[in-house]
Amino acid sequence: MEAEAGNWISPAGTELLRELQAAGVEATACYQCGRCSAGCPLAEFFDLKPMQVVRLCCYGQEARALDSHTIWLCASCETCTTRCPNGIDIARLMDVLRGRALRERGLAREAGIKAFHKSFLNSIRRHGRVFEVGMIAGYKLRSGDLFGDTGLGLQMLKRGKLSLLPTRIKGTRAVRGMFRRPQKQRG
Amino acid sequence: MPEEREQGTDSQVEAAYYPGCSLHGTAREYDQSVRETADLLGVRLRELPDWNCCGASSAHMTDERLALDLAVRNLRIARQTNPELLVPCAACFHRLKAAQKTLREAADSRDQEVLEVRVAHLQEWLCAPASLEKIRRARRHSLQGLKLAAYYGCLITRPPAVTGSRDPENPGGLDLLLRVLGAEPRRWSYKTECCGGSLTMPRADITRALVSRIVRAAVRAGAQGIVTMCPMCQANLESRQLDLIKQEGGHPLLPVFFATELVAACTRESGTSDRWKPHLIDPRGVLAPLGL
Repeated sequence: MEAEAGNWISPAGTELLRELQAAGVEATACYQCGRCSAGCPLAEFFDLKPMQVVRLCCYGQEARALDSHTIWLCASCETCTTRCPNGIDIARLMDVLRGRALRERGLAREAGIKAFHKSFLNSIRRHGRVFEVGMIAGYKLRSGDLFGDTGLGLQMLKRGKLSLLPTRIKGTRAVRGMFRRPQKQRG
Repeated sequence: MPEEREQGTDSQVEAAYYPGCSLHGTAREYDQSVRETADLLGVRLRELPDWNCCGASSAHMTDERLALDLAVRNLRIARQTNPELLVPCAACFHRLKAAQKTLREAADSRDQEVLEVRVAHLQEWLCAPASLEKIRRARRHSLQGLKLAAYYGCLITRPPAVTGSRDPENPGGLDLLLRVLGAEPRRWSYKTECCGGSLTMPRADITRALVSRIVRAAVRAGAQGIVTMCPMCQANLESRQLDLIKQEGGHPLLPVFFATELVAACTRESGTSDRWKPHLIDPRGVLAPLGL
């Protein structure tokens, strides 16, 4: 953070703006009207409002954005993207920031949420589809939350909502290949 | 899983069907009732061969390239089998449409052939005038007097640049369907509020807060149940209401239906007693007076 103090548009920041632009996100079009933040159903749980995250990206204060809980708590409900009068795809901006936080800094302020995504994706890598029971077990081990929702899990089993065996698709090898490709750019 | 069904009726349409992981697991009753509803509408569903998971939130939130690749594989399979692709899950639908948008705007011209696939959420088909008319004619039971809140959630309608929705702030298709079934759809302000989606496991506390808001709004509007076409919304709304009851005692409790379950229940000769078994919140209390 010190490196960025007093340097509003840092080199890291311009790189971030380039990545956002490549993803079709024009962060600099924001004039801080606050519509994204007023309508965000998760805003009350955020440490930075969506409009603050957008502004930090423009100012090159990337570290503060990547270090926030907000980028992980965003549920991608797309309300902000739908309502932004300047057409800024804010939900996509959150995707880009999460990707950069993981890739470049190994950072995730919400360890449980990161553990969930990891368990979910591991299930896809292994089977090509999500095997819910395996995914839940993986999440519990990763997060340490061993006993949360036990009652719910039993209810779902009783109602035939959980399969005990995974389905593995024929294209598992192709799916695994996708996980090996470099994350950043297509091609 | 029966992949095709023989039917002697006229005007059969065939569509590729991408159920997605939830409909093979936690939302089995949705899959079952989608198939029943498709039979009724004369749509022959052919499950997309060897489909893979769409990646849901976890892929696009952490690795956009992976999200795109997962979607493209399914779109390629659809293009080779049947480019009319019917998707019952809001998240799967959204991922496929978002991938098409990304490809359309991409500088390189790779994978452009998958843009030929016409991806439709099931709601689009189900609430089209011709389908509503078929349902009206096939109706054997009515939901008369039942007050329901049509709940659209996030990803079927938002953002319109991806979904093509004409009315993302106040959609109305499901409300029309409920009327056709004889029910009374209520006006309410939480039709498109977020249920918390994938936060439900790691941040159940937040999901409970969002679910509580939605359910209380439905109750204020006089609804006796909520109707959705998204498997995550259905699971979150039912499971987190049960937590809230435990925590707060007096929290209201509304059953959450898949729209297709109601269509199937109203058009079949007699109610199957097993139909409502998968629900965490037993809906038979509100349905019994209607003989369902």
